[in-house]
Amino acid sequence: MQAPSPLLAAENLACRRGERLLFRRLSLRLESGGACHVKGANGAGKTTLIRALARLTTPYAGSVTREGALALLDERTGLDPDLPLGRALAFWFALDDAGDSAAIMKRLRLEALAEVPVRYLSTGQKKRAALARVLGQAASVWLLDEPLSGLDTASQALVSALVREHCAQGGIALIASHQPLDVPGMESFAIEAFAPAPEEDHA
Amino acid sequence: MILALLRRDLAQFFPFTGSGAALPVVFFVAVAMLFPFAVGPDANLLARTGGGVVWIAALLAAILPLEKLVARDIALGFFDQLRLRGTAEEAMMAVRLLAHWLSFGPPLLLATFPAAALLKIEGESFTILLLGLLAGTPGLAAIGLMIAALTASLRAGAALSGLLLIPLALPILIFGAGALARQDQVSLGFVGAISLALVALAPFAAGAAIRAAREQS
Repeated sequence: MQAPSPLLAAENLACRRGERLLFRRLSLRLESGGACHVKGANGAGKTTLIRALARLTTPYAGSVTREGALALLDERTGLDPDLPLGRALAFWFALDDAGDSAAIMKRLRLEALAEVPVRYLSTGQKKRAALARVLGQAASVWLLDEPLSGLDTASQALVSALVREHCAQGGIALIASHQPLDVPGMESFAIEAFAPAPEEDHA
Repeated sequence: MILALLRRDLAQFFPFTGSGAALPVVFFVAVAMLFPFAVGPDANLLARTGGGVVWIAALLAAILPLEKLVARDIALGFFDQLRLRGTAEEAMMAVRLLAHWLSFGPPLLLATFPAAALLKIEGESFTILLLGLLAGTPGLAAIGLMIAALTASLRAGAALSGLLLIPLALPILIFGAGALARQDQVSLGFVGAISLALVALAPFAAGAAIRAAREQS
């Protein structure tokens, strides 16, 4: 399923929110098997970075290069709140041609919730459902925005395990989180390191 | 991809099945039912004014589903996820337009039968009314979609969209209801032409609107 050689690179990236410059001169390059942990306080620009890397927004400056399909996990699940979880996920599984959807549901301990409408799920359960959607996509590049928030300890360990497996199979993962992940060999940086100095904050 | 999307959108908006209730159609029939109570049972008066009432009811019924039409799926991240899979916003909006029209156009046309009976609209007038609605509702759906996409990122979007639709729908209303008053089928051609132009334009305008909304968030 994986594309031959996935790549995620950013060159001299700068992003704003409103009139405020969040970060600038941010360059990164992840190749097959690479994982990167973006740290930073709330509002520092992690989500903005992820959306720019996904090319959902146009960065203020710089460019993004990507090879391979992309899966995005953020606080918005993309699952219809009125549908039972099983049917809401089935829509994406069918669209993404996901192979063994039952195994994915089992892996994320969602089988028992298949009949529950999405709007009744807890934050952690919704997060697991969104992870199931990401797994079903079988994309080589993962962008995970706060994948650990709202999850219990066991599920947090599962996220780390999923990222390890994904990278072992040659995938790329970029994770924005203020919580630690257990992934050996993972690069990490704090987004504040690229924040503009006060005197250049009028860009 | 497109078919799966259409199925999903229809399930969302179709009366009685999805979360979209049958409210617009019920509303439409309710107006036709209340009108004779308000102006009295004079058959001549009803037949003369009834067609206009049906048109106004159709226009108002088209406003009701706008709130959920686009804003909900932006908040869900649904369009973002489709974008990542390479679907163009214009395609998403074209599918949404078709689903929106299917969910309120044909039910409205069916509801025109009881509504026309209540308002004593018969014969030639009824044919012109039905054809006019058939030609006009796609245009109403297209205006609705554009407005829903443009106002999706505004906080008071739902209230605003109703106000915005009314002036934009005036040409359809003038020609559609005018055809009825003059018993003239030529005006129906104008309704159809306006509708076609709007339907062709709407996916591009609405697609650009949801892209712009994304840049803001």
